[in-house]
Amino acid sequence: MNNKSLKIDDLQASISGKKILKGVSLNIKKGEVHAIMGPNGSGKSTLAYTLMGHPSYKIEDGSLLLNDENINMLSPDERAKRGLFLAFQYPVAIPGVTVMNFLRNIYNKKIALANGGKPVSIFQFNTLLKERMGFLKMEESFAKRYVNEGFSGGEKKRLEILQLEILNPDLAVLDEPDSGLDIDALKVVSEGVNRAIEKGVGVIMVTHYARILNYVKPNFVHVFIDGRVVKSGGPELAKELEDKGYDWLKGKVNSKH
Amino acid sequence: MTKGIAGIGEDYKYGFKTPEKYVFKSKKGLSKEVVEEISHLKGEPEWMRKFRLKSLEIFLKKPMPWWGGDLSGVNFDDIYYFIRPSDKQGRTWDEVPKEIRDTFDKLGIPEAERKFLAGVGAQYESEAVYHNLKEEWKKKGVIFLDTDTALKEYPDIFKEHFSTVVPPADNKFAALNSAVWSGGSFIYVPEGVHIEIPLQAYFRINAQNMGQFERSLIIAEPGSFVHYVEGCTAPIYSTNSLHTAVVEIIIKKGARLRYTTIQNWSKNVYNLVTKRAVAYEDATMEWVDGNLGSKVTMKYPAVFMHGRGAKADILSLTIAGKGQNQDVGGKVIHMAPHTSSNIISKSISQNGGRSSYRGLVKVLKGCHGVKSNVKCDAMILDDKSRSDTYPYMDIDEKKVSIGHEATVSRVTDEQLFYLMNRGLSESEAAAMVVSGFIEPIVKELPMEYAVEMNRLIQLQMEGAVG
Ligand SMILES: Nc1ncnc2c1ncn2[C@@H]1O[C@H](COP(=O)(O)OP(=O)(O)O)[C@@H](O)[C@H]1O
Ligand SMILES: [Mg+2]
Repeated sequence: MNNKSLKIDDLQASISGKKILKGVSLNIKKGEVHAIMGPNGSGKSTLAYTLMGHPSYKIEDGSLLLNDENINMLSPDERAKRGLFLAFQYPVAIPGVTVMNFLRNIYNKKIALANGGKPVSIFQFNTLLKERMGFLKMEESFAKRYVNEGFSGGEKKRLEILQLEILNPDLAVLDEPDSGLDIDALKVVSEGVNRAIEKGVGVIMVTHYARILNYVKPNFVHVFIDGRVVKSGGPELAKELEDKGYDWLKGKVNSKH
Repeated sequence: MTKGIAGIGEDYKYGFKTPEKYVFKSKKGLSKEVVEEISHLKGEPEWMRKFRLKSLEIFLKKPMPWWGGDLSGVNFDDIYYFIRPSDKQGRTWDEVPKEIRDTFDKLGIPEAERKFLAGVGAQYESEAVYHNLKEEWKKKGVIFLDTDTALKEYPDIFKEHFSTVVPPADNKFAALNSAVWSGGSFIYVPEGVHIEIPLQAYFRINAQNMGQFERSLIIAEPGSFVHYVEGCTAPIYSTNSLHTAVVEIIIKKGARLRYTTIQNWSKNVYNLVTKRAVAYEDATMEWVDGNLGSKVTMKYPAVFMHGRGAKADILSLTIAGKGQNQDVGGKVIHMAPHTSSNIISKSISQNGGRSSYRGLVKVLKGCHGVKSNVKCDAMILDDKSRSDTYPYMDIDEKKVSIGHEATVSRVTDEQLFYLMNRGLSESEAAAMVVSGFIEPIVKELPMEYAVEMNRLIQLQMEGAVG
């Protein structure tokens, strides 16, 4: 189980012909927590989308190795099958599809893949869902709403974490799961992330602020500027960034790279 | 990411044919002789014979509609106007000729009847081969018959209401139906009776170049309720068939009627239907109109609100695929104060299909306190397909509240990416977005139809994407 890993090697990617990722290398093992911190517009979401195979993002060079398999060319669902997951910074609405139906669908798909298993009944699933929603302090009526439609920022983030917990992937990229949350919501979301980590998921935590790292402890911190990792270190690096901001690192390229 | 989604015809599972064995088949084409022959074979009263002949004259005089779908493929000379499938109508399915019974078995009708219906009528070509209403409802005075039988058994109620809602001169196709009508449902719900589970009729065309002209008449007495459901399918032929029905509904004070249609004709059927209800004081009419099949459909269920406090609800769901033109909508005519109407239309166009919403909101002078809301949502799944909206308004009163809203949407790359990231394939993801789009209407369908609808969407999304 612990040999599961994602190796990002010199990843370069562009959107609409514009190069955003300019050579990113990272090595994430299952169970580890990597924080990626960087200013707005530095390409953090681009990295997340490229890892997940968004069709608008083109890999120009470099490779993605998931458990030693090159996944550069795989579609998003093939990547999901192999254990990747993205909690979106801005999750999209799916009008008319209830949270409950949506979650049961993706859960059953996952189960069917995992062991060719039978789908769970509506009743079984609702029992599970109720429990998980309770953990995230979500009202029961939430399950009947349409996916991300008219959700507040905090509700969207919770639904992303709910999916993380229900799907239990091997490796999850969490793209700013903390943005726009008040302190209570931040705690609830962090607890969800920590439960997932306890179950063994590897995490790439993309964040703009160090705040969430007080609740979710990273093993590694990477500073991301202008499409590159310019510095890597331990948790103490987050503290340093909080004090000093990003400016002192601009124009710097990580020596390890 | 979506390149297009397979049309319904590719997955049409009702396209099977049954050998033609008929008691009587009129010769092709329309003439005075054919009309007389129909009336004669049915042993009708003189007034009906005359009504038919007069209607034929009107039909011949009226021009084809210049608007709506392309009807250039309709050849009135190349249609069989009357086919009698069997010389006796069954009260039990065992009494229905075996091949016809097998057809309805395949369509799941007897099973549905056992499970969740109060009564069932089954029409095959021009006439009903089966009709049954559960004893419980007969005892309460409910009448549920095919329209031919109703004319024989209840001549007075029949004559009092027939053609009062849709006169032959209303439009060319109403005139055609009035000339050659055959079969259809007749429903009478006595005062205060609530039929809690639906009545259903199923219309099947089997013969090639067939014209089916059923005529339905529904009367809901004060304070009553009924939900009537109709379904229809046909085999796939390379030549065209014609389905031209007229439905007349009368809802008296405080009664409520829901009429659900799941139209799933094969793609060689022209479906040109006139459906209209009159609603008296505090009465409610609900049209739930699903159009999935056919080559061209022109159908605008209407509600004439004659009485104060009357309500009209029209839910329209349309899927236009390859080679299909669905020209549908609804009409609400506010003829009394404090009447209200609500039209929700959802259409999906794909694979070169074309769908149009065509609707009318009319408020007569003096009808203060009228409320009307129209919402049209179109989803277009590829660049070959098209959707149009023609919302007509004719408001002759100031103290009213009228709303209109129209949206056009697509399945976006961002939605597909999101759902695929959760492990769904591209076609599953597209199906999920589409089923969400139509959910507000699907949830109003009887369970069995809702399940079927989602299954159809699922099927359609497979194969054609990616
Ligand atoms: N669809 C797009 N077309 C062109 N440029 C884009 C597009 N999406 C993002 N970008 C650009 O890519 C850069 C990185 O954006 P993003 O990955 O969202 O950064 P971050 O998540 O770090 O804030 C920005 O300069 C942004 O303007
Ligand atoms: Mg971002």
